[in-house]
Amino acid sequence: MTGRRLVSLAWKSLWMHRLRSLLTLSGIILGVGSVVAMLAIGEGASREAEERFRKLGTSNLLLASVKPPQSDEAGESRSRILRYGLLRKDLEGILETIPEIRRAVPRRDIPVRARFGEREVATKVMGTTAAYADVANLRLVSGRFLTPSDGHARMAVCVLGDAIARKLFLSVDPVGQELRAGKHYYRVIGLLAERGEGTGGTGGMGGESDNAVFIPLETMRERHGDRIRHVTSGSRSYENVQLHRITVEATESSEEVVSRVGAALRSFVSVRHPDGDVRITVPQELIRQAKESKRILSIGLACSGAISLLVGGIGIMNIMLATVVERTREIGIRRALGARRSNIVSQFLAETILLSVTGGLIGLGLGVLVPMLVTWLAGMATVITPFSLILAFSISGLVGIVFGLYPAARAADLDPVEALRRE
Amino acid sequence: MTATDPTAPAPRAPRSTVVAELRGATRIYQMGPTKVRALDGIDIQFLEGSYTAIMGASGSGKSTMLNILGCLDRPTDGQYILAGRDVSDLDDDNLSGERNRRLGFVFQAYNLIPHLTVLENVEVPMEYGGVSPGEARVRATRLAERMGLGDRLDHRPTELSGGQQQRVAIARALANDPVVLLADEPTGNLDSKTGLEILSLLDELHAQGRTLIIVTHDPKVAARADRTIHMLDGKVQRIEERAS
Ligand SMILES: Nc1ncnc2c1ncn2[C@@H]1O[C@H](COP(=O)(O)OP(=O)(O)O)[C@@H](O)[C@H]1O
Ligand SMILES: [Mg+2]
Repeated sequence: MTGRRLVSLAWKSLWMHRLRSLLTLSGIILGVGSVVAMLAIGEGASREAEERFRKLGTSNLLLASVKPPQSDEAGESRSRILRYGLLRKDLEGILETIPEIRRAVPRRDIPVRARFGEREVATKVMGTTAAYADVANLRLVSGRFLTPSDGHARMAVCVLGDAIARKLFLSVDPVGQELRAGKHYYRVIGLLAERGEGTGGTGGMGGESDNAVFIPLETMRERHGDRIRHVTSGSRSYENVQLHRITVEATESSEEVVSRVGAALRSFVSVRHPDGDVRITVPQELIRQAKESKRILSIGLACSGAISLLVGGIGIMNIMLATVVERTREIGIRRALGARRSNIVSQFLAETILLSVTGGLIGLGLGVLVPMLVTWLAGMATVITPFSLILAFSISGLVGIVFGLYPAARAADLDPVEALRRE
Repeated sequence: MTATDPTAPAPRAPRSTVVAELRGATRIYQMGPTKVRALDGIDIQFLEGSYTAIMGASGSGKSTMLNILGCLDRPTDGQYILAGRDVSDLDDDNLSGERNRRLGFVFQAYNLIPHLTVLENVEVPMEYGGVSPGEARVRATRLAERMGLGDRLDHRPTELSGGQQQRVAIARALANDPVVLLADEPTGNLDSKTGLEILSLLDELHAQGRTLIIVTHDPKVAARADRTIHMLDGKVQRIEERAS
């Protein structure tokens, strides 16, 4: 019998019981569909995370000041000055004691209200140095970034993030304009390109540059001192924080160098800041972790997919065994007319494989559709890899063979005389 | 009858050739500790073109003999020679081949495959015999037309009367031009008029030179054969010859 005849025969028989076939298939459909969909969602999420971490710079290591948990005795904290975080001498210490560092760039953030004309928005001024644009990967759309001479001369100049520029200046070109931040005026000398960085996952390490007003660190120190005033719902508090961030750039982005610098920084921090008021973030490690968690997720998904395919396979086997019983007489007739055992095996195997492959195809469709819906409805990135399609589909075919063999063998082993006698 | 009649057997050796022969054929069923000798040392020959009826009480061994003659079963002891070849010890695949090429079956309950059309049913033996789909279609059409089913080719068995179904079964039995046509109570499920039609169809096949073996308990059916073998307890009780 030709292969095509075999398939058309199998199709006919499945079509005759299409509802039953479809129900039998649901396991395979859901199994294949969920594997493909979950892998696509997982892959999308992890690529998104990787991309976010990569933006932080693969040769960078980030130190951040962390406010220690407040021993919140109400009323008392009103007058206290909370002192924590990175110090200017930490910056010097890092540059002096740790090898394989190209540079270390400080940053200090002060919350203010920024004003231009009638418009006012809450923002942060960020005091930093000329190298910051480079280590933080900031692009300018117009004007220039801060220069060392801006700092030396304590110039009252600023560079604006994309979002705040739009909020304050609307369609006016901000470069050359003066804005007020807190009590002070700054001339805008540069405008940054949009970064579109989310804050999720990176713990705000991305720098929130879209909403920032960058000024020279020296200018900031001259005007604000080391004390920062926070006003929250009427009550005032003071913090003494010398630096909020230090971005350390290793000489190379290779894993060995970055991890050596990371280890050195960690021991440096554990000596200088044993209270845990400084946190270290290594984007490269985060990328590795994201990859690792994706791998674990994939294994988990593969296992759950395998289980549902197994269940689907058992369902198919169950139906095929029932079919063999139902068609015992047909088997007897075919045997009497000259079918060999192998013909009977092929016939039933063709049916099971066709069944599971059909389920696999419907499942693939579902597995492609669901991520598209997720992207469309939830705005999540999803990535369907060809590998997942091939994997899910070939497994569904394999399920057909594995779970079809036993019923097919049962059918072929029926004694023709017995089978013919059966009603 | 013309020479191209699809129901006529291919020309073979002269009439006195033995096409099927049982030599001391014995079939023992093991039922737990007891042995049932369903066939007990049968010696019998079937000549080319002969028409044989097998009769006997229920349990006398008729079906067992027909199963062995049809290569659906093997003798426990003794030999079965079909078309000059000892097939008693063939394996399952070879027996399937013998059934496919040399034997045609007609059953009491027609035994058509319900989800296949008339043509597809007739094609089944040809598919297993490696006949190309195109040729199978041509041959099946000719056979079905010859059986008077020309306007029923695409019908399913359930849409046919009993007599029509049995005609499909006969067309199917002739699909690979078998050496022997075996029929087990072919009129058992039919009313007497339709039964007679089927019997005259068999007569026609006989007249064309086809070798027929038919199991029946109806003497009127047996009367159409050249000879009747009467079975009793797995043995041939007597053979009744008729001048043809
Ligand atoms: N599969 C079987 N297992 C055991 N005994 C059987 C089997 N088939 C037939 N027999 C026995 O063999 C004997 C002959 O049966 P059978 O050939 O069917 O007789 P008939 O067709 O003449 O009625 C009977 O005694 C029957 O019970
Ligand atoms: Mg019987």
